[in-house]
Amino acid sequence: MNLAAERTLKIISPIVVGVLLIAVWQVYAEFLQGRNALIPSPTQIIADFVEHLGIILSHTWITAGNALIGLIVGAILAIVLAALAAWLKVIDWMAAPIVAAIAVVPIVALTPIFNAMYGASSQFGRQAIAGIAAFVPVFINVLRGLKQTKPVQRDLFRAYSASGAQTFRRLTLPTALPYLMTGIRIASSVAVISALVAEYFGGPSDGLGTKIATVAKSGDQAFAWAFVFAAIGVGLVFFLATLLLEWLVTRRRGT
Amino acid sequence: MSTFVTKELDAPPPAVLVSGVDKVFGNRKKQVQALTGIDLTIQAGEFVSLIGPSGCGKSTLMRIIADLDTATTGTVEVFGKSAQQARLDQDYGIAFQQAGLLPWRTVGQNIALPLELHGVPHADRVRRVEELVSLVGLAEFRDRYPDELSGGMQQRVAIARSLAERPKLLLMDEPFGALDEMTRERMQAELVRITSQTGAAVVFVTHSIPEAVFLSDRVVVMSPRPGQIKEILDIPFGDERPDLLRESPEFFERVTAVREALHGVPVERANER
Repeated sequence: MNLAAERTLKIISPIVVGVLLIAVWQVYAEFLQGRNALIPSPTQIIADFVEHLGIILSHTWITAGNALIGLIVGAILAIVLAALAAWLKVIDWMAAPIVAAIAVVPIVALTPIFNAMYGASSQFGRQAIAGIAAFVPVFINVLRGLKQTKPVQRDLFRAYSASGAQTFRRLTLPTALPYLMTGIRIASSVAVISALVAEYFGGPSDGLGTKIATVAKSGDQAFAWAFVFAAIGVGLVFFLATLLLEWLVTRRRGT
Repeated sequence: MSTFVTKELDAPPPAVLVSGVDKVFGNRKKQVQALTGIDLTIQAGEFVSLIGPSGCGKSTLMRIIADLDTATTGTVEVFGKSAQQARLDQDYGIAFQQAGLLPWRTVGQNIALPLELHGVPHADRVRRVEELVSLVGLAEFRDRYPDELSGGMQQRVAIARSLAERPKLLLMDEPFGALDEMTRERMQAELVRITSQTGAAVVFVTHSIPEAVFLSDRVVVMSPRPGQIKEILDIPFGDERPDLLRESPEFFERVTAVREALHGVPVERANER
């Protein structure tokens, strides 16, 4: 098999699998599950999606916005704290147990407390959950990245009598950049999941998570699935956007 | 007083003046004596190799001259200044066994790094990089990234970078150590050509005897535990070092002399001298 054919096949095969799955789903939902249908068919879901597009999008913006704010603020805090920790060992030692604690506790466990603190009119609790969740992978990766300069490179910069700022800008930061990008890529998915799941535990009555929970309870399965697919869409967009960002930043360099 | 000062100014200071240098690594519990009583003067334009087995402190001595390490006792002067001042004034260029290139910078940008750090204007940088890439035979590779180059080419980039600011002193720590024999000999020939063109003094750390003999005006033989200078041998071949030199009887004679100095000279040979 030549290279071009292999590449084409690589793109086509997942599409074929997807189409097949949807076809099987459609046939099952339409003809095989009988009277008390639990699973709506893809065509029903698509119809609901199109019909309620406006409503679905308005809730999508809420969840995506919360995730984005959490991701950005969490990542910035993580970068600043990681830079401080790399610079001063004491800060590293102080931060390590806190970061470890945040990393092992499921952050969504805090949601009811945040909701009680900030009330049903504020998105802050959800954004905070997304932010804390996004903080961890960025902090861990950036801190590791800031420690990856090689002794020979540090010797060179010292031999050039480069200032601390010059060494940081021209050596430490570029070395850490791919690690930062990996951290952000992981954090983006975590932020979306956290923002979504946080909505299951109360707070304001908008957002995709809230809608999935309430619509599913009301029995309108197709409509609930439409919201689920919107959530999947948000996750995909976040993942692809950060993947693109990573590629843009790191393509011009060797390993 | 004034006459004394005039006399001092008349004679140019040596490139490197090392006197009474000791170096001890470690803490109070466990100490390692790396260097003991090192005295060494390297004149401007002189090519001096430091040779010896692992652990003889040859790299440490070079690092002390570069002010990357500090001597425990004794003094180091570079062009009549303290080693630290010489580093801050950028009086030397340096290259290590690892090229240490920045993978996100092209060949040209890597060579320009020291110029950039010291605020050389962009136009001058471009001109200097142009000269240097052709000096080391990498003109077509100026815009390539390090991971697209072979080990020998990367090392040539590192050498071009060490020459960027036209230093009067080059410090080289086994720069050809990781290269294959053929590349190594070609690089040696290039280094001879470059240093005779630039007139720079060189401190060259190696553990290859033929390499030291081929390149040097003087070979400093060191011995370990503690690191000491055992012997200093003159290599009177002048500035021109054609490849044929490697096959001449005089060359082998010097190689033998260095080898004997390294392994301990037989008594009768020592008496003959």
